[in-house]
Amino acid sequence: MERIPILRMGNFLLVTIQVDMHDKLALTLQDDLTSKIADVGAKGVLIDISSLEIVDSFIGRTLANIASMARVLDAQTVVVGMQPAVAITLVELGMSLPGIRTALNVESGMQYLHETVTSDRDSEEYDGDSD
Amino acid sequence: MTGTVTKTETLPIKDSSDVVFVRQRVRVWATEMKLSLVDQTKLVTAASELGRNTLEHGGGGQLEISEVVNGLRKGIKLTFSDKGPGIPDIKLALTDGYTSRQGMGLGLGGSKRLMNEFEIQSAPGEGTTVTVIRWK
Repeated sequence: MERIPILRMGNFLLVTIQVDMHDKLALTLQDDLTSKIADVGAKGVLIDISSLEIVDSFIGRTLANIASMARVLDAQTVVVGMQPAVAITLVELGMSLPGIRTALNVESGMQYLHETVTSDRDSEEYDGDSD
Repeated sequence: MTGTVTKTETLPIKDSSDVVFVRQRVRVWATEMKLSLVDQTKLVTAASELGRNTLEHGGGGQLEISEVVNGLRKGIKLTFSDKGPGIPDIKLALTDGYTSRQGMGLGLGGSKRLMNEFEIQSAPGEGTTVTVIRWK
């Protein structure tokens, strides 16, 4: 069965969507990512959509679902690399992707994840929690 | 929906991989007409939304892609048709947030905003035809 690969890098999961996804493939990615977050205890998810030529309401909703499910599982999600034409179209379509953290490229997305996860850990230590 | 049709292509929409093919063919037509990248993206995105509607709500159908000419203007016309249950209340279906299923409810209203012309013909039991044009 066709699948989008998920790479693990330490506490983070990385996904690069490089194919024109049909709806079932997008749902498979949603399920795979959610399971993987739980399996490996991931703290951050980075989704690179720089190769996507369109994001329609279905893909937008799938990205929003992934971010919500990740949050419930104690992981942060950042979507990176959206093409400007895609951003213009999405907003005109009526989707502004509320609740999804975005970054311009992989580098700033990774930086965001590092900062968020580190600050979470610091505040836990401040509260006196110990693992 | 004025304009003379100069060439057409018809594609079936029977499953979700057909929707992907629809996107690819509409992209090819838009590129050949040299639409700007933003206009191409809008056209392909609307095709994806409307193609999904044809599949999910209409139970499958077809898309006719046409090049239309009106005086000096050229554009791409997309006609999605199905023989599904039809839409009882078109005005309601065009409202953002309205959804008959689990979608976002942006498909019809959103597609209308992405296009220059938008027309919908539907009645309960008689299927649905959505025609849109993006002028160059």
